Amino acid sequence: MSLSHDQIRRLAQLARIAVRDEDAETVRERLNRVLGLIDQLQAVDTSGIEPMSHALDIVQPLREDAVTVSAQRERFQAAAPAVAEGLYLVPKVIE
Amino acid sequence: MLNSGLGELQAALAARKISSVELTRLFLERIGKLDGALNAFITVDEETSLAQARAADAVRAKGAGGPLTGIPVAHKDIFCTRALRTTCGSRMLEHYASPYDAHVIEQFGRAGAVLLGKTNMDEFAMGSSSETSYFGPVRNPWNKKLVPGGSSGGSAAAVAARMAPAATGTDTGGSIRQPAALTGVCGLKPTYGLVSRYGMVAFASSLDQGGPLGKSAADLALLLNVMAGHDARDSTSVDRPKEDYTRELNTPLRSLRIGLPAEYFGEGVEPGVLKCVREAIACFESQGARTLPVELPNTGLAVPVYYVLAPAEASSNLSRFDGVRYGHRAAQYEDLNDMYCRTRGEGFGAEVQRRILVGTYVLSHGYYDAYYLKAQRVRRLIARDFAQAFKLCDVIMGPTSPTTAFPLGAKTDDPVQMYLSDIFTIPAPLAGLPGLSIPCGFDAQGLPVGLQIVGDHFSEAKMLGVAHQYQRDTDWHLRAPTETPL
Repeated sequence: MSLSHDQIRRLAQLARIAVRDEDAETVRERLNRVLGLIDQLQAVDTSGIEPMSHALDIVQPLREDAVTVSAQRERFQAAAPAVAEGLYLVPKVIE
Repeated sequence: MLNSGLGELQAALAARKISSVELTRLFLERIGKLDGALNAFITVDEETSLAQARAADAVRAKGAGGPLTGIPVAHKDIFCTRALRTTCGSRMLEHYASPYDAHVIEQFGRAGAVLLGKTNMDEFAMGSSSETSYFGPVRNPWNKKLVPGGSSGGSAAAVAARMAPAATGTDTGGSIRQPAALTGVCGLKPTYGLVSRYGMVAFASSLDQGGPLGKSAADLALLLNVMAGHDARDSTSVDRPKEDYTRELNTPLRSLRIGLPAEYFGEGVEPGVLKCVREAIACFESQGARTLPVELPNTGLAVPVYYVLAPAEASSNLSRFDGVRYGHRAAQYEDLNDMYCRTRGEGFGAEVQRRILVGTYVLSHGYYDAYYLKAQRVRRLIARDFAQAFKLCDVIMGPTSPTTAFPLGAKTDDPVQMYLSDIFTIPAPLAGLPGLSIPCGFDAQGLPVGLQIVGDHFSEAKMLGVAHQYQRDTDWHLRAPTETPL
């Protein structure tokens, strides 16, 4: 599997990453090397083998449905690039 | 003091031979002297460290305190700290001030340890050489033209150059063990779930695990005593009784069964590495341990499996960096979508972008079964190999890394070559197993070689005991780099 420039552009859009035109060929070439590496898996017979998503095959613990943390909006929003009146600011999305 | 183990430092502090303020100053001065050339630290703040040292001295003055009270410890800059910024080696988090401490940081704080600084690392822990950091590469104290390994290269270099008595790191595919090997220090990746991931910036959540780096197995045991423990804020933190990881340090090796996988001693391993590892195994045998062959036939598939699963998890985890709630935001953009794209294009370096793109690809419609589920199935085959092996043996030994430290820039143009340097460290985390690297000699160029010890789940105490018995008979772990004389 080797990706074209168009496919890389589509992927970068899905990942919300702006790739500069002058970097596009390097990105494509190195990404294709990595895909060459992972393509080795296709040759392995895994019929009847269950996917393993967790290292210890444990189940998700559940806690009581109780309030455990308090609202600390000001403290958390101190790290944000742009806030006003307790809201996070982003460019206008609705005209 | 610079070359002392944690036990000796503890005794000196308890006997009032030295205060924590004096000890902390000693290491801060050494950082000031050496780190301009090594770049092992991203952030050091003398006032923060000295204030914590004064507090520790006050505890000691009352006759209280534990094994680590007053001892300076450096933390990988992936652990969130309220006292110092947390960058994760990225422009994205260059100015990030965390509103909370990671569980590991809280644990060291409760133990009275002093925060000595935040160490340099590959950006978002993605790398094997500590060259992808936005803050510049870390250099190996044994030879400044060489890399220290990665991603916890700053922590490893700091301990190797005796700029810190001990440090923390994180390991996803080898990020504690490989830099420990390449810098001649000890590093332990615990069983998945033993150390809480709360406040540890996420890379690949099903693999990420924090652990200690230090000069000896005995030091690692003391550090793990502080780091390990259940934490309800990490849903994968295991709830099991607290252990004393020093309890097996003096257990003799008689009847120990060491498994040797042929796959770890084959082509691609440097002769100088093989020689040191074989001599180390002979040393264990002379102490009464017995060796036997074990089979890990899917070892060669571990790297491809990892480079599907880790990027997939990373692409999901790193979607949080959108320029809205924290971190970098592009200065110029046309609309919301453009703001996301430019923010992430500017904030992430090339390796992080590559892994996000690979992860996006393997998770995308039409490829999910062929790549992601396929990799999860092969992951189970790898885990089964280990389970079979541990029916026959107590620990598995081999080289931590196929090579000693390599030159800066040697592998930066070819990601696959860089990835393959973790060929022996990637399998253990895929199976959730603990892995330890300890120094076992030097190659012909005088560069340190690491011996890897992989144990069964939750067998850290035994593994540290095995390593300690070796370190009673050898002095590789006490050798400090000649480029950074004591």
